[in-house]
Amino acid sequence: MSDAETPADTTNPNVAQDDFEPVQVFPEAEEMDLRPGADNCYKCTTCDSACPVAEVDDEFPGPKFQGPEQWRLKRKEDEDIDASVMDCSNCMRCDNACPSSVPLSQMHNTARGEFVDEQMEKLSREYIRNRLLANYRTMAELGSKAPRLTNFVMGLGATKLFNEKVLGVTSEREFPEFAEQTFRGWWNERGGPQVRSEDKRVAYFHGCYSNYNTPEVGKAMVRVFEEFEYEVVVPKQRCSGTPMFANGMLDDAKRAAGINVDTFSGLIADGYDVIASCTSCSMSLKQEYPELFDLEGIEDVSAHTYEAMEYLRIHEDLQGALADSEVAGQTYAYHAPCHARNQGLDRQAVELFRDVDGVEIEDVGPSCSGISGTYGWKSEKYETSMKIGEEMFEHMHHASGNVGMTECPTCSMQMEHGTGYEIRHPLQVLEEALA
Amino acid sequence: MPIRENVIVVGGGLTGSIAALSAAETGASVRLVSYKKSTLRFASGLVDVLGYPNGDGPVSDPFAALSSLPDDHPYSLVGEGAIRDGLSLFDEVTGDGYRGSHTDANALVPTYGGTVKPTARYPTASAAGLASDARSMLVVGFRSLTDFDARLVSDHLEAAGVPFDVRGAELSFPKEYRADAKVTRFAKALDTDEEIRFAGRSVGMREAVAETVKPRLKGAERVGFPSFLGDEHASEVRTDLESQLGAEVFEIPMGPPSFPGLRLEDALFAALDDAGVRISSGNPVVDYEADGDRLQAVYVDRKRTRVPYHADEFVLATGGLVGKGIDSDRSRVREPIFGSYVPHPSDRYDWFDTDAFGDHPFAKFGVVVDDEMRVVGVENSPRFSNLRAAGAVVGGADGAAEKSSSGISLATGVVAGRGAGASI
Repeated sequence: MSDAETPADTTNPNVAQDDFEPVQVFPEAEEMDLRPGADNCYKCTTCDSACPVAEVDDEFPGPKFQGPEQWRLKRKEDEDIDASVMDCSNCMRCDNACPSSVPLSQMHNTARGEFVDEQMEKLSREYIRNRLLANYRTMAELGSKAPRLTNFVMGLGATKLFNEKVLGVTSEREFPEFAEQTFRGWWNERGGPQVRSEDKRVAYFHGCYSNYNTPEVGKAMVRVFEEFEYEVVVPKQRCSGTPMFANGMLDDAKRAAGINVDTFSGLIADGYDVIASCTSCSMSLKQEYPELFDLEGIEDVSAHTYEAMEYLRIHEDLQGALADSEVAGQTYAYHAPCHARNQGLDRQAVELFRDVDGVEIEDVGPSCSGISGTYGWKSEKYETSMKIGEEMFEHMHHASGNVGMTECPTCSMQMEHGTGYEIRHPLQVLEEALA
Repeated sequence: MPIRENVIVVGGGLTGSIAALSAAETGASVRLVSYKKSTLRFASGLVDVLGYPNGDGPVSDPFAALSSLPDDHPYSLVGEGAIRDGLSLFDEVTGDGYRGSHTDANALVPTYGGTVKPTARYPTASAAGLASDARSMLVVGFRSLTDFDARLVSDHLEAAGVPFDVRGAELSFPKEYRADAKVTRFAKALDTDEEIRFAGRSVGMREAVAETVKPRLKGAERVGFPSFLGDEHASEVRTDLESQLGAEVFEIPMGPPSFPGLRLEDALFAALDDAGVRISSGNPVVDYEADGDRLQAVYVDRKRTRVPYHADEFVLATGGLVGKGIDSDRSRVREPIFGSYVPHPSDRYDWFDTDAFGDHPFAKFGVVVDDEMRVVGVENSPRFSNLRAAGAVVGGADGAAEKSSSGISLATGVVAGRGAGASI
């Protein structure tokens, strides 16, 4: 996709809407390239100063280089993508920082895809490891068939040693435990939706983590929405693709996206909106899919996808519903995931819970947690990941609460890893407050 | 209508923050909606009221010069009282982080180009650097930091006739970073007092920097650094350097990303939080809904989804051409959200002056407001009875040339915010 094909962007206030037709200096591009928006970059370096990797890794040239400059370099024949693109953690903070709306993360995803396709040795340990990590869902599906056994095996020193030495997966981290029963298992056992409605309908994109590892988040989501009398359906789905984008596995991501878009766009036609409890999942469906893939129904899915609490804030009087509620006293140290921040959702939990009796909530600041999905699981990235996270750990320790709160599953792993705190999802607290 | 407030302020820079705080003071519920990171990260952090009215100056008393401004200048509309109100709100927000409130006179603060800027309020971190002070000065730069040339700064200051001895020294930062290292790296190393190997031993970064500067001190009573002396622990970094150098230490404001600007943003947002102002940032306001002459809601674009934010009163504080509150193409100049009237010549060759430093019409482009900061149309009547504008989106002033941008933000922000809050 090139911006020569993109119709006039009527939603972006930074793009002048007029009849002026630029001369088409580039041939019609059939394939995705790095160009869209590159010319809008005026090298102010705001993106570089927002990049958590560049902040701790002196060797990483930063988002400005990975995007617009990479594009300029690529215009010469026989120029390869710079290998440093694999050091980008796909936190997408650069998107939010750019004053000129240069689609930096789109450029990075594209560059990373090209690097992996054309320059990475497919039999290398790195490729195989990345592919395994990117396809977490496949492993999780197997693992969750026998959760206790898997948890036992994954916790073994021998397994960790194997992962570290053979695969390059760090032994520093504890594998997330698989739940005794998956969310989907629970959903089927309870017999699907408990509320039926003609006009209040949502289709839940639970993602992998709340299905296999933290079904309590999915259950909270369902109960909260049913409390507001929504009909909730849980269609068959694949991984959102986030870990695949981050590892440059665009073919895998496209396959998963194809299945997800097909399922969910069908439901949208029946009046359902799509909601996700993981901010990376909603980001993926809303932003990355249409940026990277040309799939039937993708615009529709993007336009109808919401983060769960965001959806309630827009459609229900959530503040009113919580006005008289009270929960058992608890102080939370809240961390906004980068992918929530980039969607403008970073303050909603704090805003909402500030007025709930019993809840004390403190924002632990704007730093990135550093784990960035699969990034912090790689042996060679572990140290960088922890260095980025240091600021968040420190702020969490200084915050008065010793229970953490975040929307993102891997941020919560990092928060727990760095502080030992128990971590909850805002939906769980919302469920408690509405009960 | 779930997302609903008394007042919505669109824009998260200095103007938007001050407008939101002023509205909140009236007891109204306020939400600030902003898109990208604000232009504060490009700002010097100096808060100027008026330095060069009508191309003349520098003036020592900005208030005395107000009467010389044209009638359609934002200052002429809101009056001196509003400027003073804006400054006192600013002083309240920034506390001991800023100086200058003791006098009406402009302070003269050295900049990284070696010029001296007349300004009303300046960060405490810059206080020891005032050009009116007679103490000898050393300006320190670091070789890998190409934006800041210490000798150029000192030469320019000398040429400007400052009343003190000034020298510049280009040094090597105690730790080697890549050639195009970002200032954020230097700031962080000082902030955390990173342990490094220096002169054969392990020392903290602050001590290492002081040791590097010491041989060049040669009796200078104050030392100016580029403005990266820490972020969260800035005052601690400065105090540490001072005690080790035995001289006063100050910062000279730099280009983006500007720590003085970022620290000011932190102070403003902390004040907004304390005042109970709700903040939604990350998505642009792109459209509105009106019923007759009353705005009902603004629409925020969430990647193909439009989310309505309802309110009784609205303040537009989206900035000027740089902040993209004013947009232009080859045929016209416009305010992109409400399509408010922006007077400008129809021939675009009349938008600018051929002299690069001339009196450029484009610099004054902006929406037209009445004395309550209500946005008006071609016939001078309010377009919407509940829409106000403030800051650089308002036309009539060349803030960059006059050195009045921040003062205009404060004065118009207070009038617009207070007016919006009082109308509830």
